[in-house]
Amino acid sequence: MIEVDARGLSCPEPVLLTLDALEEAGDEAVLTIVSDTNQRDNVKTQAQRKGKTVSVEQKGQDWYLTIQ
Amino acid sequence: MDKLNSKAGLLIVGLILGCGMAVLAATGNPANMAMCAACFIRDVAGSLKLHSAPVVQYFRPEIAGMVIGSFLIAVATKEYRSTAGSSPMIRFALGFIMMLGALVFLGCPLRMVLRMAAGDLNAWVGLVGFIAGTGTGAFFLKKGFSLGREYDTGKAAGAVLPIVLAVLLVLSLTTALFAVSTEGPGSKQAPWFLALAVALVVGILGQKTRICFASGFRNAWLLRDFTTLLPVAGIFVAMVIYNLVTGGFKLSFDGQPIAHAQHLWNILGLYTVGFAAVLAGGCPLRQMIMAGQGSSDAAVTFLGLLMGAAFAHNFGLAGAAAAAATEAAPAVAGGPALSGQIALVCGIVVLFVIAAVNIRKKKPAKKAE
Repeated sequence: MIEVDARGLSCPEPVLLTLDALEEAGDEAVLTIVSDTNQRDNVKTQAQRKGKTVSVEQKGQDWYLTIQ
Repeated sequence: MDKLNSKAGLLIVGLILGCGMAVLAATGNPANMAMCAACFIRDVAGSLKLHSAPVVQYFRPEIAGMVIGSFLIAVATKEYRSTAGSSPMIRFALGFIMMLGALVFLGCPLRMVLRMAAGDLNAWVGLVGFIAGTGTGAFFLKKGFSLGREYDTGKAAGAVLPIVLAVLLVLSLTTALFAVSTEGPGSKQAPWFLALAVALVVGILGQKTRICFASGFRNAWLLRDFTTLLPVAGIFVAMVIYNLVTGGFKLSFDGQPIAHAQHLWNILGLYTVGFAAVLAGGCPLRQMIMAGQGSSDAAVTFLGLLMGAAFAHNFGLAGAAAAAATEAAPAVAGGPALSGQIALVCGIVVLFVIAAVNIRKKKPAKKAE
């Protein structure tokens, strides 16, 4: 699994990093970690637009998105 | 809140905000300036005597209201998070330059849309620059531009700007401490309670739906995603209807209120705003919303906007509004003076330098176990 730690980054960096990682990952899953709800929703929406399934888990104040 | 962020939801939010703008337009705010983040921050700078242009001084309740609205909803929904540390001085510079561009054009992207909705063709010309500016910013983002990450800070840090603005608002309503224009745009004021109420709604809905005029175009460039433009479209449609009904719609370059027809400078002004806003992660309005939900970095950008406005008017860098000849004065073509033109070009050069030197070499993606 490829991990993208996008915590604290400005819009739209988490999305761009995730999309790059997805390209690199092929069939592998990507785990993106973000620290605010805006980024969480953006990453989720854009990954879904690429036809991926996204599961979201909150840990502390951060969100872990597993994208496949 | 998923419904709010659906396509229909975003469009409806835009229409609601457009109605709010119409209320402010109808009750006294300056022409085609029902709400404008840049112009109103400029008026606030004037009211605090950071600049001394007598026609643009008024502590606009809208500015305080937007930040406070975002703050209140963020606290209520537990989305408030006090953060800082993502290149604050660069963000200050971006805010400063963004304001310079906005004041050369005479409006932030929100006012651009309001002017477009009133038939002001100069704003449509400016839109070309804004789209090109967000495109330039998107290009550098694609290359790996980043101002680095922000970190959590003590809870109180993020509340400083909302509280300061709330205190200043109370002072402006209860004392005569601050300067107030007696003529010009600064003297055109919707009643404070309406201004505050609409601004609170803008702050709340803006926080929930992450409205941003720059990210709408940026996402179109980067992701071919036009969803974030829907609230902008909603505001536009509502204001076109308002202008048609009230007779305020006039399709022309000339005779538009608080505008000039210097095409090159309208384009370059909004090019600067679009470019700087994408680098800073949001337009002036969005910066205020983010400042409200706890971002000290966005609050520093706000201070950059405030200082930029003060400098622009203290040193005559802002664009002048065109005016027809009267018995007392000859016609004015408007636009920025030479000093403003040079300052703006310098600002654009600085934006390219900021963009180029902040390209991330390595991606933070790594193989996890």
